[in-house]
Amino acid sequence: MKQLILIPILASCLLSVFFAITPEFKCEDVPYDAGQALALTWKVPSDSSFVVIQKADSLGVFNEIHAAIGSSGSYTDTELSPQQEYRYRLIATTGSDSLSLDSSGKPVEQWFYLGKLSFLILLVIICAAILLYINMARRGKELFIRRISGLDSMEEAVGRATEKGKPILFVPGISDLDDIQTIAALTILSHLAAKSAEYNTDLIVPCRYSMVLSAAREVVKAAYLTAGKPDAYKEKNIFYLTDDQFGYVAGIDGIMVREQPAANFFLGSFYAESLILAETGFSTGAIQTSGTAQAHQLPFFVVSCDYTLIGEELFAASAYLSKDPQQLGSLKGHDFGKLLIILLILIGIVMEIAGQHWFKGWFSGEVF
Amino acid sequence: MKRTLPLVVVFMIGMIVILSEFIPHRPFSKINETLENWFMIISGFAMLLGQISLIQVNTSKIRNRDENWQYNLAGMISFVLMLFVGFMWGMEKAPGLAGHGESLQAVLGMKPFDYLFEYVYTNLSATMFSLLAFFIASAAYRAFIIRSFESNLLMITAVIVILGRSSFGAMLTGWLPESWNILHLPKLTDFIMEFPNSAAQRAIMISAALGIIGSSLRIILGIERSYLGSDK
Repeated sequence: MKQLILIPILASCLLSVFFAITPEFKCEDVPYDAGQALALTWKVPSDSSFVVIQKADSLGVFNEIHAAIGSSGSYTDTELSPQQEYRYRLIATTGSDSLSLDSSGKPVEQWFYLGKLSFLILLVIICAAILLYINMARRGKELFIRRISGLDSMEEAVGRATEKGKPILFVPGISDLDDIQTIAALTILSHLAAKSAEYNTDLIVPCRYSMVLSAAREVVKAAYLTAGKPDAYKEKNIFYLTDDQFGYVAGIDGIMVREQPAANFFLGSFYAESLILAETGFSTGAIQTSGTAQAHQLPFFVVSCDYTLIGEELFAASAYLSKDPQQLGSLKGHDFGKLLIILLILIGIVMEIAGQHWFKGWFSGEVF
Repeated sequence: MKRTLPLVVVFMIGMIVILSEFIPHRPFSKINETLENWFMIISGFAMLLGQISLIQVNTSKIRNRDENWQYNLAGMISFVLMLFVGFMWGMEKAPGLAGHGESLQAVLGMKPFDYLFEYVYTNLSATMFSLLAFFIASAAYRAFIIRSFESNLLMITAVIVILGRSSFGAMLTGWLPESWNILHLPKLTDFIMEFPNSAAQRAIMISAALGIIGSSLRIILGIERSYLGSDK
């Protein structure tokens, strides 16, 4: 009888030995990164354990960096220095019992962000398509490019300014030269300056940053030189106003009200000041063309301006205006990119509906 | 040469920056930071160009008594005044050439530079920003005038969103039963903002990103070079 009672007790003891959770605290390098993160994972016996993770500082003193409740968990320590040893301590408390485990790790720099593989492949495909279309254009193939009315109207705007004997105002956005939108604006300025030189119309370019000022002066000067009218170039018309956002807007508003330009061009990066500029310009009766890639500012421009270049059109403007087949070829590459993205979105929708989440995960880098 | 050298620099820097996006290992991981620091240094030097331009343009208009030259005079006086008080008594905790200006601080309650910044500059900036409220009203009025099917749609959507964002909208449709939840104005507003609005904005952002890729490629490869100015 005693034996019968002892068997289940013995069996349960054996089972508890076999299936008891061995406390575990691991510190591993986060893969495919710049060596700035370590992943900490742990398993402790009780579900009701209160877990505290500590990290040793340069003096070896452990300080708390994370706290959690449960038998397992993970934490990623970021903003670390690569190739440097970091020591961590886990303290799990269940009632009056306490458990302490130590672990250490070294973040390692990798040579490739595997999570960005999909991005790299897409970039290569789109760049290849752009180069292919440029090559086709070079070989003389006729490429259809849809009309962009905002750019077609440039000549009309300059013509109107000439007829009225009023200047043209060009605002290259409020960002510095490190913003691609400012560069795009300057390339458009080059074409506009050539037209204003041709029509002998004054071109006013107020700048917010000194770097933009020197680039804008060079661009306008080159356009006047190319148009064969270097004497008509007026350096004083391209000037610095202020670095301050609303001071800059106040200055431009003043110019619009006093000088009454016949045509206003707001092209580049704009923020809260977009509507203040566009509405003041509207009140002066000028013909207005705007363009930005800031999606939140576009509605303001659409309402107040005669023509608006939406997003991509701002970047396509220079190629469109140049009529250079090579540059026009690159615009066809943009169209291919759009088609590719539409297809990927459609495939993504179908895959998600079918419960195949790997497709979305691959693009978001989650599968690696 | 004046054009070739910048084109070579643009190509090399462009390629390095693209590579650094995919290579997390040093030196590539630090390149963006380094280039940003270089840009800051060059910007610092270029700032002087801006100041020179400001002084040249304003003094020339004042000297020639151009139309509205008084505004230029006011601008120059403000510029010189801020420069003077900043140099003389410094700002915040930093001392100027004449120390902290304790006697002036006793009168103004703070340093003269900080006083002008706090009570003149900040208020002027706020005034410009507050104009936005009136401009939004006038722009919205024009946008919502019913002329076509599209402007009709725009007006209806705008009215729903304006009402849905106010407590009046919630009150107006609060009596609707739970099964008619979608017609509850705040819910309808959330739906409009979350789905049609986000979809349209993302479409613009995707096309802009493609434009940036194309534009950058043209610049890196030297196909687009009008931003460089003259080679003469």
